[in-house]
Amino acid sequence: MPALHLAQDRYGWLPPEALREVAEALDLTPAYCYAVASFYDMYHLEPVGRYEIAVCTNVSCALAGAQDVLAAFERELGVQAGGTTEDGEFSLSSFECLGGCGWATVVAVNWRYREHVTAGDVPGIVAELRGGEGAGDDA
Amino acid sequence: MTPSGLHEVLLRHADERDLTKRAEYEAVGGYRALTTALRTDPGELVESLLASGLRGRGGAGFPMGRKASFIPKPDQTPNPIYLTVNADESEPGTFKDRELMLRIPHAVIEGIVITCHAIGAETAFVYLRGEYATEFDVMAAALDEAHEAGYVGPGIAGTDTNVTIVIHRGAGAYICGEETALLESLEGKRGQPRSKPPFPAISGVYASPTLINNVETIATVPTIVGMGGEEYAKLGVENSAGTRLFSLSGNVVKGGNYELELGTPLRELIYDLGGGIPDGRALKAVIPGGSSVPVLTADEVDTALDFDAMAQAGTMLGSGAVIVIDERACMVQLGLRVAQFYMHESCGKCTPCREGTRWMVQILRKLEAGEAEQGELDLLLNVCDRILGNCLCPLGDAAAMPIASYVAKFREEYQRHIDEGGCPFGGESSLEGVVAPVDQHHAHLRGQIEVPIHA
Repeated sequence: MPALHLAQDRYGWLPPEALREVAEALDLTPAYCYAVASFYDMYHLEPVGRYEIAVCTNVSCALAGAQDVLAAFERELGVQAGGTTEDGEFSLSSFECLGGCGWATVVAVNWRYREHVTAGDVPGIVAELRGGEGAGDDA
Repeated sequence: MTPSGLHEVLLRHADERDLTKRAEYEAVGGYRALTTALRTDPGELVESLLASGLRGRGGAGFPMGRKASFIPKPDQTPNPIYLTVNADESEPGTFKDRELMLRIPHAVIEGIVITCHAIGAETAFVYLRGEYATEFDVMAAALDEAHEAGYVGPGIAGTDTNVTIVIHRGAGAYICGEETALLESLEGKRGQPRSKPPFPAISGVYASPTLINNVETIATVPTIVGMGGEEYAKLGVENSAGTRLFSLSGNVVKGGNYELELGTPLRELIYDLGGGIPDGRALKAVIPGGSSVPVLTADEVDTALDFDAMAQAGTMLGSGAVIVIDERACMVQLGLRVAQFYMHESCGKCTPCREGTRWMVQILRKLEAGEAEQGELDLLLNVCDRILGNCLCPLGDAAAMPIASYVAKFREEYQRHIDEGGCPFGGESSLEGVVAPVDQHHAHLRGQIEVPIHA
């Protein structure tokens, strides 16, 4: 798994050649590496945007209106949850509990958390990320 | 006497100082327990853990001392002994381990070293949830500091004890919080649970004896060594010793973590500490221990936050995640979102869980859409019944128990969805429009992989 994380850091996602490289380095088959990668939500087998936006929609966040936050992101970015914007900047997903329930709604941008997010905050967040002062690419 | 109010034991000093810094942690007595413990006989340490009455803080509540006593002694096994810390916190509603790692990472490290000494382990793994990027940074920085000071590594604090700590990052899978799935994942495989026996104490990671404990459990160990097991056991109530971090969320004014003595009334957490429900709305239900436990109704809000009281009320303290639900929420929508979670996270190994969670989601979706027929509530309960106890790990039960409890306790509301041909909230429920998680690897197939349940 650390090898898959490394490969994903380098490529941005896990294309077949990345899985082959990992397999070769660890003396496994690419199929085995694919099987492992496809089990976990954080490994990407398709290209994703520079900013990965994960909106928690589990119970505590849903009680705080996470549905509206997700819908606001969909409107602002012009993609549905599960999609990536055409310019390759943003990927949006509806995600499972991120562990910030006391400060709902939680939105993770490249796995850096923002808490107490409301639908009204969404345009500002997107503008900030478009301006390049966002969470950065380090995650 | 009933315990009452905040009682900070683990988080003492964490408000006034930045305990992520080693020097600050040492200034309030940090790492003193480690020095004492390393000069104490391992058997005595395990005795002290037993005497403390400390029960696992992950969810199952198994006594930690007893678990540690199952580990063979180093001279009884040809394999190395390992400690694994479960930091895969992902039970919906739970966010306490995250706070502990962010605020008192050195207590976690100190607890690891002491526990390693107690069981004769020289290597410890911290299985950290992949999403916790900031927590990883904080833990890694604290680990570096502990290394520099000689609290971790070879020859700790002038003794011949060696402990290496490895932080292993997960990659987004709830099931890896289940101990044997966690071990599989740690070994680089798909996180699918193993059948037990053999138990991890005999054959855990790399087929070697392994003790697995939750972050909060481990972080409590230095406190127990510091005050002595018997003294610690005086905190809390019978069978539920000590303090615990409760994660309060949902429809409350002040969500957050509250460290309370076990036995404190649930009402006090919600109303006195949490400020009650916003805008004076009425309480409808409380999930007392994370989304996998049976729900409590508003009438049961005087139940005490301890293991036995919760068991008597037909539910569990679980991970200590208290989710407050006010009158605006539709319980079918709640059931649907909870079922969607477990369907998404089912690892697919056992048929009752893999298929059953899917059935649950489909029936609940029909109920919410007003398309369910008479008798489908019983079908739903039947599905729950067929999952319960029929799977290798508790994930299936964790899906079936809450859903069955929602139907049992809010049957009338469920029935109205059938009788009235739709949701009686008419779009006004606070959970209106709940959205399922994205299936990360099949997003492009969305809508195409639904299998109808009725021929």
